[in-house]
Amino acid sequence: MSDVIAKRQTAEVASTPRVGVTVQTANQAADALGHKMQVEDFSLYYGAFKAISGINLQIVEGRITAFIGPSGCGKSTLLRSLNRMNDLIPSVRTDGRVLLDSTNIYDPRVDVVELRRHVGMVFQRPNPFPKSIFDNVAFGLRRLKLSKSELEDRVQESLRRAALWDDVKDRLKTPATGLSGGQQQRLCIARAIAPEPEVVLMDEPCSALDPISTLKIEELMMDLRGRYTIVIVTHNMQQAARASDYTAFFMMNEQRSGEMVEYGPTGTIFTNPQDKRTEDYITGRFG
Amino acid sequence: MKTLNMARYRRRKLVDRIMRSMTVVATLLALIPLFLILGYIVIQGASAISWHFLSTDYKVPELSLDGSASDVGGIRYAIIGTLLIAGTATLIALPIGLLAGIYLSEYGKGRFASFVRFATDVLSGSPSIIAGVVVYIVLVKTTKEKYAFYGSVALALLMIPIIVRTTEEILKLVPQTVREAAVALGVPQWKAILTVVLPAATGGILTGIMLAFARAAGETAPLIVTVFVSNSVEYNVFGSMGSLPMYIYRTLDELTSPEQYKVLWGAAFVLTALVLVVNILVRVATRRRV
Ligand SMILES: Nc1ncnc2c1ncn2[C@@H]1O[C@H](COP(=O)(O)OP(=O)(O)OP(=O)(O)O)[C@@H](O)[C@H]1O
Ligand SMILES: [Mg+2]
Repeated sequence: MSDVIAKRQTAEVASTPRVGVTVQTANQAADALGHKMQVEDFSLYYGAFKAISGINLQIVEGRITAFIGPSGCGKSTLLRSLNRMNDLIPSVRTDGRVLLDSTNIYDPRVDVVELRRHVGMVFQRPNPFPKSIFDNVAFGLRRLKLSKSELEDRVQESLRRAALWDDVKDRLKTPATGLSGGQQQRLCIARAIAPEPEVVLMDEPCSALDPISTLKIEELMMDLRGRYTIVIVTHNMQQAARASDYTAFFMMNEQRSGEMVEYGPTGTIFTNPQDKRTEDYITGRFG
Repeated sequence: MKTLNMARYRRRKLVDRIMRSMTVVATLLALIPLFLILGYIVIQGASAISWHFLSTDYKVPELSLDGSASDVGGIRYAIIGTLLIAGTATLIALPIGLLAGIYLSEYGKGRFASFVRFATDVLSGSPSIIAGVVVYIVLVKTTKEKYAFYGSVALALLMIPIIVRTTEEILKLVPQTVREAAVALGVPQWKAILTVVLPAATGGILTGIMLAFARAAGETAPLIVTVFVSNSVEYNVFGSMGSLPMYIYRTLDELTSPEQYKVLWGAAFVLTALVLVVNILVRVATRRRV
């Protein structure tokens, strides 16, 4: 009982985006291994097609959760369900619940715009705005009506956390499209974490990058771990094994709907999978 | 190793050549008259241009007994009139066209949107006199006045479909991923459109607006039925006003000697140059400051 109240309080503190305060609370919550998000009996349809079916999953606060599985099994669909990006597609219909802390984000009373401020997203392909580097990072901060120097501090801090500051500090006013692919992706991460969301979703953030940029982004994820709850989709088994705390494995059933086969601590999934299909997949025998 | 089929290759190369020359010939056929007209306007028009021509107003030519050409004055009032009428038309057409274009590109999915698309396509191909007649029936008949403003309304009717469709097409070129990125940062959709999608498309949208402006600036028919012509400089759009197309149209009847005809080329040249100058000014003023 008191546990629940404590969790509520941390959630409230964490949702006020103030630098410095969040670090502490996020770590406390992580030590208690609270569930930041819970997916309950969740299904999603594109028109008549059931793309994912009956998913149950808890996402641990302050930790990195990886979604793995063969192409088309609904990893992106599930990930985009966590901040309701699928709302942009008209034919989408959902069943079940997704809780953020204790709120069902599919409750009609929930404001999606507000939700996405708590649950940010990094996409597969770097997608900087055709604006300056500074304006890209500042984009999600504009609504906070910060003073000029506060805004500059927040932008700088986000770029530092995204390990990009040294690369761009002399050209903040130049177009973001002039950066390399890896730099652009780190810029997109800086942009996503600048408004201090509690959860950061990443859909194959390294698939368009070279191995060195990939490693940089993995290091970056490890730095962000604790402060943010991270969910990452990846096709790279080593990446999932190296850089995640928990792994969920998905597969299509006979109706071509995505289902979760197995979920657990990454170490267990990779060394001692309970399901034959998980073992086959991670050892590269199919998929 | 199988031998390559040389005969086939030669044939294919020949067909390729024929097709290519046909496209070149067709292009030339289409463009040569245009270049001739443009060249003629520039040569004839430029020689008519003088400070006197640009800075004075129209003078009805006097009949001279010895057959020498009398001064017909200049086109200052018509330049100002065209800028005012077409400018006012742009002010009316711009918000409507832009918003409708945004609607079609960002929200328009259903039957209604398809209907709007179809309607704008039909409208952008309809003869300009129809816009004049509509304004004549709705405004001129009911108020029993012919204002420059009514001409602007008629021209705006011609501009709106052009602005709507170019805006829609250009906005659709902005990658979906950029919209998603903005929405994922927790801004409402309208704000994402305003702060990310529109700025990314400024160049193309401006081109559409300039196309529409160019069309409006040169239209004559709608003005004939909606605006009383004045032969002096006017600034009140709720009154009579001159304009370059009307100058050309009206002066044709009043000129007495072939020598005077060159003012027509001068006016045509100025009209063309005007559109170009406005285009350049708009582009300089709105140049991206990233
Ligand atoms: N917008 C959409 N409309 C209709 N069907 C879709 C849409 N997006 C995805 N799907 C379908 O839903 C299923 C799951 O797609 P999803 O993109 O979630 O798979 P994924 O696991 O992310 O695959 P990948 O690893 O290739 O990215 C696929 O069968 C796909 O064809
Ligand atoms: Mg995917």
